[in-house]
Amino acid sequence: MTLLAVLVDGVIYASWLFIIAAGLTIVYGVMRILNMAHGSLYALGAYAAASLAGAWLRLGFQPMASYAVLVLAAVLVGAVVGPLVERGLLRHTYGRDEVVLVLVTYALFLVLEDLVKLAWGVESYFITEPYGLLGTVEMGTLSYPVYSGVLVLAAVLVGVGLRFGIYGTRYGKLLIAVIHDREVSATLGIDVDRIYLVTFVLGTTLAALGGALTAPTVSVVPGMGVEVIVLAFAVVVIGGLGSMPGAALGALIVGLVRSAAVHFFPQVELFSIYLVMALVLAFRPRGLFVAAEARKI
Amino acid sequence: MIGIPQSPKSPLAALLVASSLAALAPARAQADEAKFRIGVVTFLSGAAAGPFGVPARNGAEVLAEAINAGKVPAPYQKPGFGGRPVELVFLDEAGGTTKQVSEYRDLVQRQNVDAVIGYISSGDCLAIAPVAEELKKLTIFFDCGTPRIFEDASYKYVFRASSHAAMDNIAAAFYVTDVLPGARKIAGINQNYAWGQDSWSDFENSMKKLKSGVEVTTSQMPKLLAGQYGAEISALMAGSPDVIHSSFWGGDLDAFVLQAVPRGALKKSTAVLTCGETATHKLAGQIPDGTIIGARGPHGAFAPDVELNRFFRAAYQDRYVLYPNYPAYHMSQALLGLKAAYEKAQGSGTAAPTPDQIIAAFEGLTFDSPSGPIRMALGKGHQAVEGTVYGQAKTVDGKLTFVNVKHYPAEKVNPPEGVKSADWIQAGFKPAK
Amino acid sequence: MTTSRRTTLGLGAALAALALLAPVLPKWALFLVVVSLAKGLAALGLLVLMRTGLVSFGQGLYFAAGAYAAGLARDALHLGDGVLMVLAGGLTAALVAALLGLLLARYRAIFFAMLSLAFSMILYGLLVKTPALGSTDGFNVSAKSFFGLSPASGVGRYGIYGIAALSAFGAAVGVDRYLGSHLGRLAPAVRDNELRVEYMGASVRNVVHLNLVLAGALAGLGGAVTALAVGHIDPEMAYWTTSGEFVFVAILSGTASVAAPFAGALLLELLRSFAYEHAPNTWQLVMGASMLAVILFLPAGLWSVFARKRRAAR
Repeated sequence: MTLLAVLVDGVIYASWLFIIAAGLTIVYGVMRILNMAHGSLYALGAYAAASLAGAWLRLGFQPMASYAVLVLAAVLVGAVVGPLVERGLLRHTYGRDEVVLVLVTYALFLVLEDLVKLAWGVESYFITEPYGLLGTVEMGTLSYPVYSGVLVLAAVLVGVGLRFGIYGTRYGKLLIAVIHDREVSATLGIDVDRIYLVTFVLGTTLAALGGALTAPTVSVVPGMGVEVIVLAFAVVVIGGLGSMPGAALGALIVGLVRSAAVHFFPQVELFSIYLVMALVLAFRPRGLFVAAEARKI
Repeated sequence: MIGIPQSPKSPLAALLVASSLAALAPARAQADEAKFRIGVVTFLSGAAAGPFGVPARNGAEVLAEAINAGKVPAPYQKPGFGGRPVELVFLDEAGGTTKQVSEYRDLVQRQNVDAVIGYISSGDCLAIAPVAEELKKLTIFFDCGTPRIFEDASYKYVFRASSHAAMDNIAAAFYVTDVLPGARKIAGINQNYAWGQDSWSDFENSMKKLKSGVEVTTSQMPKLLAGQYGAEISALMAGSPDVIHSSFWGGDLDAFVLQAVPRGALKKSTAVLTCGETATHKLAGQIPDGTIIGARGPHGAFAPDVELNRFFRAAYQDRYVLYPNYPAYHMSQALLGLKAAYEKAQGSGTAAPTPDQIIAAFEGLTFDSPSGPIRMALGKGHQAVEGTVYGQAKTVDGKLTFVNVKHYPAEKVNPPEGVKSADWIQAGFKPAK
Repeated sequence: MTTSRRTTLGLGAALAALALLAPVLPKWALFLVVVSLAKGLAALGLLVLMRTGLVSFGQGLYFAAGAYAAGLARDALHLGDGVLMVLAGGLTAALVAALLGLLLARYRAIFFAMLSLAFSMILYGLLVKTPALGSTDGFNVSAKSFFGLSPASGVGRYGIYGIAALSAFGAAVGVDRYLGSHLGRLAPAVRDNELRVEYMGASVRNVVHLNLVLAGALAGLGGAVTALAVGHIDPEMAYWTTSGEFVFVAILSGTASVAAPFAGALLLELLRSFAYEHAPNTWQLVMGASMLAVILFLPAGLWSVFARKRRAAR
């Protein structure tokens, strides 16, 4: 019984993590930017969703359609903020050291945190309806909201969609080419600039989607993105930076380890995730899914 | 190498001098002597801003204006502090203790404030206290909870105008034994930092002292700001406890309630939310009937129906629509306590009292506040005690009300002078001799 | 004159300037300078790592280790003199770095950064779970004496100031000498091409390990100085945001001069005080925007402004 609970709780948590980590890893894979502002984009998604879906429900529209509004909010954030950040800022920093890029996004994180505060204030926002609307399922003594199932479904859809998008379409193949070698791709006539833009918009949308789908389960407050950044980092590093199956496996490992810790050893929950990260890196220095690179001479 | 080698120290030295001068410039030249300037430090950014920091700032603003206009009811009708206008200088508490100590020094040594009121985080209070002592600046903590400040040390320049957190959890245990006499199985979910750890251990130990056969099914300690509590709620539900204790606050509290309620976790077990009051403004309709709610003292909905409280509520609501929550009340206690001490020190004269006179007047003072009378009874007259109140939520026509409201007088839920809270609990809450 | 001799002279002059400034500086500025020097020490450690091609997002680990060691040196070992406390901090951090270095020295690039981050977060978690050390609230630290002299009220500040200035001077001179030495010159070689260094018969692993210990010791010194100056320590010192700040100072300053991290740290502290005072609601925005401005317009760090001027003067 407890084992089942560990499994279910772990998978739900993993789904939530995967949606966020997928965006982080794809941006790193293509653009070599470890985006510290990813958490802020997540928070932006949550705020946008709370505002949009909140307005939708207040105006008395069909509550079932509020799920679509959540997704719409995420797409909106991706389509507006993504190009703004990529064209307005990141574009001017390409070619700099990876660590400098991390700092650029750290600065962006600081700026976005305050911009969010200026736009929405420090009050918390609620949209609780979508969470309870679908009811719950009983599992022995426990009951789970069906909404958690929606989250798992969303994660699976994101995973399958990305896999098809990358391996099944022409655009995805161009993407792989850029991931492997930016210069050669450019010489072959691939519009690398465009690929970067699309990638960043995709990454932003995924971060915002994570936030938008989380919004009904929490109160949307300032600082909600801070914790998410390090968690998503851990997932991506465990799986191997830039690897999509890695992000999925990393999320699953983190989710299960955390939920096992909560059920059996609540005392170690705080650092269980970092312990896993340190252990994985100790044995697989580049994460689970990344092949060793050839050393240059 | 050709040319005169220029030593690299010059840029450093130049930078040092130039930047010190640049930073000096904005320092206010000898502040207006007539004004009593108070540095007010609360969270203006981060997770603690919404539920605590900003309501406290709002409370300070509203109250300071009313004080200057002489609009506060008796015994505070005199405008300003004994006729002297009050000016507030706000500062963000975010950024950690190193930053806060640095900013505190800046407030005192450069901006020359007359007193500092502030600090929500216990870590900040612990760090600031010795600095206040070193700089000899009257400093009033208004909201931080840790009992360690005056139990582990004693200070001349430091005061706290609200009760410490041990009271909240001792009283919670009393209340649980009063209204749920059959409760034996308890569980906790508290944030993994000093506040959460202390809250839980005080509650657990008090319960075990008050009742035999108390069993802890689980004590969950998620990270501060974790936001996702799915697994924790499952673990709590699995033990089917009678009572779930939580000192959660802010977004974490909201998220926990929002995630636990649809799963029925708070129906099967009764939740004890020691800081629940800050969330009741927004979570009305979500909080199940019977949930035990505290406000860290007789604040907010639990505040007494006296003139001072009616005035404070009306003035706050007039400007900020919402009712003031407990951090706003804590802020009012600090400001009014300082005003009371100032005017007591001033006596019938008109000359401004010296800091030492204000401190002497503040020690052991009893003063009125919107939450009722406050006594500076512990920590050699530097730590306030007040009674506290718990009640159970009941939603009536979509509005949250409280039933079974119980008051606990200060001496019943606070240790006597010179006794540490933890020892007092272990010794079975012996009253003062 | 050799560059190293010149740098030593310059640093000596800076030390003298700090000593001369001490009685003139207002008290709040004294504190600001001490904290900046402490952070500068940690950033100097990062400079050594960056010369080796490594950036650590976990220097907070050594910073906190140094601070806690300083606090415990007094409480548990009765080493109450400020100098001893700071030395205990540096030494402990060096030991921790030597131990972790066994593993860390195998890592490079972002993986090195992330593994050091993981370690620092584990220490953070351990400290938070240790009520004996005050959990997240930490505990207060103060020195019984400075250089054997008991601190009469008000004089203690100058004791800390002196320790900070001397540690910074010693560290800067030491690092400068080291970087100019045979062993130190291997650092950029490792950054540029590890395989070639190996072919030449040097051990890359040992070079990296040594530099890790050096960086750890410097961060530990910084942590201990901070503990004395602030008078309080808490686990926040090991949190990743603390480490991030050191990286920021190091990048802001550039790797050109051993004096740069100290100047960079001071500038950051001043900027932050300024932002706190004048934009209490939007100080993060001010900080973020200034960071972006430096990164975009001064790619080689702030020090490059001076370097450029000097070149122009020649």
